[in-house]
Formats: sequence, structure tokens, C-alpha cells
Amino acid sequence: MSTQDRSPQAYWRANMRLVGIHLAVWAFVSYGMAILFRGAEPGVDIGFWFAQQGSMLVFIIQIFIYAWQMNRLDREFDVHED
Amino acid sequence: MDLQTITFIVVGATFALYIGIAIWSRAASTGEFYAAGRGVHPVANGMATAADWMSAASFISMAGLIAFQGYDASLFLMGWTGGYVLLAMLLAPYLRKFGKYTVPEFIGERYYSQTARGVAVICLIVASLTYVIGQMKGIGVAFSRFLEVEFATGLFTGMVIVFFYAVLGGMKGITYTQIAQYCVLITAYTIPAIFISLQLTGNPLPQLGLFGTVEDGTPLLAKLDQVLVELGFAEYTARKTGLLNMLLYTFSLMIGTAGLPHVIIRFFTVPKVRDARASAGWALVFIGILYTTAPAVGAMSFYNLIKTVQPDLSGNPQASLPYEQRPQWFRNWETTGLLKFEDKNGDGRIQYRKGGDNELKVDRDIMVLANPEIARLPNWVIALVAAGGLAAALSTAAGLLLAISSAISHDILKGMIKPDITEKGELLAARIAMAGSILVAGYFGLNPPGFAAQVVALAFGLAASSIFPALMMGIFNKRMNSQGAVAGMLAGLGTTLIYIFWFKGWFFIPGTNMAPNTPDHWFLGISPEAFGAVGAMINFAVAFAVSKVTAPPPEHIQHLVEDIRVPRGAAGAVAH
Repeated sequence: MSTQDRSPQAYWRANMRLVGIHLAVWAFVSYGMAILFRGAEPGVDIGFWFAQQGSMLVFIIQIFIYAWQMNRLDREFDVHED
Repeated sequence: MDLQTITFIVVGATFALYIGIAIWSRAASTGEFYAAGRGVHPVANGMATAADWMSAASFISMAGLIAFQGYDASLFLMGWTGGYVLLAMLLAPYLRKFGKYTVPEFIGERYYSQTARGVAVICLIVASLTYVIGQMKGIGVAFSRFLEVEFATGLFTGMVIVFFYAVLGGMKGITYTQIAQYCVLITAYTIPAIFISLQLTGNPLPQLGLFGTVEDGTPLLAKLDQVLVELGFAEYTARKTGLLNMLLYTFSLMIGTAGLPHVIIRFFTVPKVRDARASAGWALVFIGILYTTAPAVGAMSFYNLIKTVQPDLSGNPQASLPYEQRPQWFRNWETTGLLKFEDKNGDGRIQYRKGGDNELKVDRDIMVLANPEIARLPNWVIALVAAGGLAAALSTAAGLLLAISSAISHDILKGMIKPDITEKGELLAARIAMAGSILVAGYFGLNPPGFAAQVVALAFGLAASSIFPALMMGIFNKRMNSQGAVAGMLAGLGTTLIYIFWFKGWFFIPGTNMAPNTPDHWFLGISPEAFGAVGAMINFAVAFAVSKVTAPPPEHIQHLVEDIRVPRGAAGAVAH
């Protein structure tokens, strides 16, 4: 983060950007890969895998990445606890 | 040793463990009773949340649902896990920062309105009570089946156990017991799954076995597709429900999960805001272990079932299993009435196929329970599955009872009737409310209202269309005011209720529905279970419109919203 703005508003905007990206991925794997785009590929049924396992794995990884990103953001904007 | 003795020993040992934990972790203050003193490690809280979340339905019913619906049941898998992403990013850290004890308390304070708090209390009690009835019934069924005692005896035993650790320990006792219960239920679920995957596909990991190949080298899923088509069913991996319904149903379950109060209050127990985020991740790890195993259990047990009645896996009726040669597990489950054979064509063979000439009726719920017997696993595995099913039901029941009793003692008694009550008095009231809730839940478990199963749709509909939007707007929209939130909740709730009642009967009274509950009568093909998503959108729209034309919330509320958005200051815990 190179900007000088360290206000709570800037912290919130940075948080919202992260949330937006994560929710886009969240929707893409579940509603996209598992439901909407499923069935195009012959042979390997990637959509079925996403529907029954893949999307859940992505969800788990996402939460930990987000938690890690937010911890960094908390320190950068000096709003972290203790 | 016979099965019943082993089951008694295994179940008895787990119960002794739960009670031991309860005595060790007795709650001394309201903070410990409602939020375990906010001292629960995020990994431990994740495990407790997983046990809280995974009910008898997840443990016993889900794999069976997947077995008979195939791809379509993915909506439960994604819906009941995707909500945790929303919890981690949109709700849990901010509600933890807010630092109070109940969900209605947040809604009441954020919208500076006792009406809003009252609406939230009603939603919470209806949603939680619905759930608890199902758990109590599950406890009774598991006891009567495996311990061969009366349904009522089993139910009372379960009630006494829950009473002990929930009333004594409150959230603190429940949390530590749930950790033990998670260990029991996950072991019980995965061990049979590993054995069956190994037998069928040679792969010890069920998650990989699902995409593995069976004896003759064809992939398991392709084999299932092929056999089902020969028997007249739709393909296992094909989508059978409408596209819009599948999308909205998944979305409803996701936001419903994120809006269920007994799940949300679990995030009040961790020490810090950042722990709330991580804790949601850990919860999903522990839930994911069971939820990624379930599709394998479903597909494999279904394959085993078909292979039993149609050994050559063809559609040929002459090649199906003669009734006289049915295996022992088949006979065992016939006596429960959950597996039924009727020789319609009189040829003495069991034909399983789609349509009127089907001769085999299988209750979906037996798939997980009968699994170890079908795979000829030793008796201690079957006993473990019984203990696991009970652990799943007990842990969820306790979490729900806590949500109900805290709404009664904290929101209604302290918040609305007697604000000057002492901490000691409130703690006593909370314990009495808990004991009362157990009695009410036990009564309904014993005399289940005919609509119990249908009301689950209502619980998710309520959480999705009223609680989730109200919480989200409370955090993300500073301008949202009391009028907007209350109007939104009522509009979302009202439309969802009317839609559910329209197809399922007014207040679920049989025969009072306005249209048959079939896809061609549904609005745009949306099932009543999936309508919560539409209700939530109506809630958001109405709330925005009303808040635009009414006065903004007072200054101190806007500061409150700014304050919950940053983590610092949460460690100071609870100021009351």
C-alpha cells in the first residue's frame, strides 16, 4: 500500500476490495463452474467435481487467505488488536 | 460380544465423557454462560462450530439424499458450506467486535428499536425450535434402533444428558462437549467410508475413490450413470431440477446458513476479531472433512445397493436377486420397515427400477446406517456409527437450546421486561429457560407435529429472508435506519412465508395449500425451499427504498457502525 491515506475510510475501502474479489471467486466456482458452465467439456466432468468437492475446497482456502490479508491490512492501517 | 452389548459400551463411554466435561467446565458468570468467557481458541471454536452445525440430518440423511438425487444434491453440499465464506467476510468479525451476547441484541441496538429486536427474537425462536424438534426425534430414533429400547426411553436419556452439560455449563460446557462430540462423529463417519472406498475402488481416500474405477475398469460414476439409465432412472450425474431453481436454492441455503443464530453466536466466544475470521475457516475445514466424504458415501452405498439386487448391473429383470437369497443386512433392515419388498410380478425376484413395476422401497436415511453392514464391517464399527449419529444430534440440539434460552433470558427478560436484573438473577433465569426449552423440545420430539420435516424450509427461509439481510445492512450500510430495517424484514419474511404456505398449506395444515407443490405450478420453477433467496432480495429492496425517504439514523448509531468496522478495541470485551 503506497498511498498515504491511513484513515478508517481507506481501511474500509481496502477491505471492501478484498471482499469483492473473494466473493467473485466464491460465486465463480459454485454458481459458475459447478452449475452454469457445467457440461460443455467432454470426457472429464470438471463441473461435477466442483459441485461435490472442488467448490468446498476453494471456500476453505479463500477464508484463510482473506483472514491472512486482513491481518496484514489491520497492521498497515494500525487498527489491529493488542 | 453381540452388537447390542458393544453399542451399549461405546455409547455409554461417550456419554460419560460428555458429562465429565460438563462438570469440569461449569459456567460461573453470564459471560461464561452465553459466550464461554470469550476464551475459546479459534481452532477449538471451529471444531465446536462444526459439531454444532452438523446435525443428525448431515450425519444420517445427507449421504442418502446424494445417493438418490445424484448431482442435484450438490446444492446442499455447496449451500451448507458456502455460507461460511459469507460469515467470515460479512458478519462474524463485525458481530464479534460489537461484543454482545445475542443476535437480536445486535439488531435491537443497531436499529435502536425494541420492535426490531422483537421481530428478531421471534425469527430466532421459530428457526431454532424447528431444528431442535428434528434433533430430538433423531436422538429417539437412534436410541430405539441401536439399543432396542422404547422411543420415549431413548428420548428421555438424551434429554437428561443435554440437560446436564447445557444447563450446568452453558456455552462453556457446550463448547468443550462439542469438541469431544466432533471427534466421535467424524471418526464414526470416515472409518466405514474408508473401508468401503477401499473395497470398491482400491483407494483408501473416499474423496478420490468417488472418481476412481470399479473392478472392471470403468469409472464408478460412469457405471452408476449407465446402470441407472438401464433401470429407467435419469443419469446420476445429470441435473434433474431447473437451472434457476438450482441457483436460487443454493443461494438460499448459503445466506440461510450465514443467518442462523445458533451458528452466529459461536463466533462471540473467540478472544479477538481476527480469531473470528480464522475460526470460520477452521469450522469449514472440520465440516469439509465430512461434507467431501458424503458424496463418496452416497455414490458408493447406492452402487452397493444396486449391485445387491441386480448383481450383473443390467436392466434385465430375470437377472435380479431372488428374494430368498437376500443378504442378512437386508433382512435386518426389513424388520425396521425402512426397506420394503413387494413382489408385484410374482417371480420371486427383487426388481428395482423406475415406475410402477418397482418392487423395492428404500428409505433414504438408512444409507449411512446400513453402510457398515452392507460392507460386512465388524460390530464395533456399527456401534461407533450409532454413537456418531447421537453425537451429531446432541451437539446440534445443545447449540440450538442455548440460542433459544439466551433469547428468552437475555433479550426478552433482561432486554425488555426487567433491565435491572442482577447477573446472578439473569444466570438463574438463563438456566431455567434452558431447562424449559429442553422440556418443550422433548415434548415435540415425543409428539412431533406432522409438519416437522417441512418446517426446515421455513427455518432457512426465515434466516435467509429476515436475519441475514438485517445483519448485513446493519454493518455495510451506515445510512440504514430503523424504519428501513423493520419494513425490509417484514416484507422479506412476509413474502417468503406466503410463498411457502401457498404450496405447503397455511401453517402447514394439510389441504389448505392454494396450488399443488409441483415444479409446473411454482413461480418461474422456484421451489418453496429456494424462495428465501427471493425473500432476501425483496428485503434489501424494500429496506433501501424506505430508508431513502425517512430520516437517517442518529449520530451515535453511525459512530457505532464506524466502530464495529475496525478491529481495535474488541479485547476490552463486554461493557454492560
